[in-house]
Amino acid sequence: MLAGMDSFQATIDADGRIEPRDAMPEGYRKTLIRQIAQHAHSEIIGMQPEGNWISRAPSLRRKAILMAKVQDEAGHGLYLYAAAETLGVDRADLLDLLHSGRQKYSSIFNYPTLTWADIGAIGWLVDGAAIVNQVPLCRCSYGPYARAMVRVCKEESFHQRQGFEILHTLCNGTEAQKAMAQDALDRWWWPSLMMFGPPDSASTHSEQSMAWGIKRHSNDELRQRFVDMTVPQADVLGLRVPDDGLAYDEETGHYRFSEPDYTELYEVVKGNGPCNQQRLAHRVKAHEDGAWVREAAAAYAAKRVAREGAA
Amino acid sequence: MNDLFVYTLRLGDDALIAAQRTAEWIAAAPQLEEDVALGNIGLDQLGQARSLLQYAGQVEGEGRSEDDLAYFRDERDFLNLQLCELPNDDFAHAMARLLYFAAYQQLLYEELLSCADETLSGVAGKAVKEVAYHVDHATQWVLRLGDGTEESHRRMQAGLDALWPYTAEMFESDDLVRRLPVAVDPSTLHDEWDRRVLAVVDESTCTRPEASYQHSGGRTGRHTEHLGYLLAELQHVARSHPEATW
Amino acid sequence: MSIEPLWEVFVRSRRGLSHTHVGSLHAPDATMALRNARDVYTRRQEGVSIWVVRAADITASSPDEKDEFFDPAGDKVYRHPTFYQVPEGVEHL
Repeated sequence: MLAGMDSFQATIDADGRIEPRDAMPEGYRKTLIRQIAQHAHSEIIGMQPEGNWISRAPSLRRKAILMAKVQDEAGHGLYLYAAAETLGVDRADLLDLLHSGRQKYSSIFNYPTLTWADIGAIGWLVDGAAIVNQVPLCRCSYGPYARAMVRVCKEESFHQRQGFEILHTLCNGTEAQKAMAQDALDRWWWPSLMMFGPPDSASTHSEQSMAWGIKRHSNDELRQRFVDMTVPQADVLGLRVPDDGLAYDEETGHYRFSEPDYTELYEVVKGNGPCNQQRLAHRVKAHEDGAWVREAAAAYAAKRVAREGAA
Repeated sequence: MNDLFVYTLRLGDDALIAAQRTAEWIAAAPQLEEDVALGNIGLDQLGQARSLLQYAGQVEGEGRSEDDLAYFRDERDFLNLQLCELPNDDFAHAMARLLYFAAYQQLLYEELLSCADETLSGVAGKAVKEVAYHVDHATQWVLRLGDGTEESHRRMQAGLDALWPYTAEMFESDDLVRRLPVAVDPSTLHDEWDRRVLAVVDESTCTRPEASYQHSGGRTGRHTEHLGYLLAELQHVARSHPEATW
Repeated sequence: MSIEPLWEVFVRSRRGLSHTHVGSLHAPDATMALRNARDVYTRRQEGVSIWVVRAADITASSPDEKDEFFDPAGDKVYRHPTFYQVPEGVEHL
């Protein structure tokens, strides 16, 4: 009979799933909380750059699709917070950590969406990169996180396609539309590559996370997978990937590409991206503006309970 | 102008402008669950708008699509109720509006179910279930805000009062609705609307809004200043590229 | 600390199937929990019926007791139909 940590290690070694009430090392629990919370925060902050285009979407069909997509992101944030809560933390506390800047979200959402084409670029590149990152998480060793990710990935399959479709339509449209699409790719390409995190040589959390079955592939592996997947799609669109070093390597079957400027990534992570303050301020305002509503609902529920108790 | 076209446009514009306002809550709602709920409601309203505007274009017979009607008409050509275009203000205002408007839509669509126009009755058949849910959602919140804390009660009362002067417009009868056989004369819906809405107001412990001056004009294209801003935002990309498809 | 309690959500995906746990959410009371569950977990027609249960009201077996809870069932193979041999030619058994 295996108890406690022996059972944990045996489960991990057998590629089994850890469930909420199982014994687990404190480091495992903390790593998961940090990662799942950051993931959840990214979903809800990620609603903003796209959400601000719902009102301006250039056709009613696009408006409906975008509304459904941003709504999905709220849902995905919700699934993920719920997964984090199985580890003994509370959603309200995690939101406080986000609001006070003590927990991060994906830096990609600190870039502005300047034109309608950016909505296409986010779907195609940002969701594309997210999917590459997320698919392996469906096999993550922590059951609730893996299950949440299965749901997220299933629902997200339309997100990337709708983005590609937006760009495809633009690229087959007027000159102005095509220029808009190229401009969006120019601005979003490098930030998208940086979504996979720092290069393996500089990544601090990777090794332990791999051993625990939280992470399945290294940052650089996933980045390569994304480039290999995306470049041929850019060709279909007739857009130019803004990297002079980009070339197909016949021998390896992979694309060679230039190193992103990671100093920019570190600056954005530190809070110096174009939209860091704006995104957080919007989020905090929504939360604070909603406080009286949440308090009212709790007060109403308490009154009900009291009345039923008295009856 | 074609009566059926104008009538369908009225209903479609109501739904479109309501959807635009509802969508403003996405990423700004009091809690994550409410972002999702209001997303559903906004999508329902937008879906109704699309069906109705598409049909209006078809009835008009001049080749205008739902997008032509949504993006390339000016303020004075929009026929929606002023209630739909007012700003969201706070969550209590938004729920007061949703209660007033969805309760009206529910009664209207219930009547349209049996109208002789197959497309309109088809739209109503789908929409009637959607708006029943909107009424329920608004009701749950009006009850909670009205009978929640002191602050929420004060805000709920303020929301109900502020929007009340825009409710009579929903029930205005005119020559067009009396002339057009498939149209529902909205004045016939008023008593039942009053009964349903005031029952919610009473249960919420708010007081019934006092009879007051009632605004009017949306059905003839006279709007509040707010509609211009709303349309500027809604239309600007499409109008910047009039030749483009999206 | 959240002022709204956590609810576990169970959805029956179609008639004839059991309710299955799909996730959780926060809501101030049961009425809102049910409505939120409808919006969050059945936006793609995933269900025909929903249960919500306050997470705090669930009593769960403990992982520490898993051996005494579940191992004793392990040697009772005679509970499974495949344990039995059926002579050739016998049908509908």
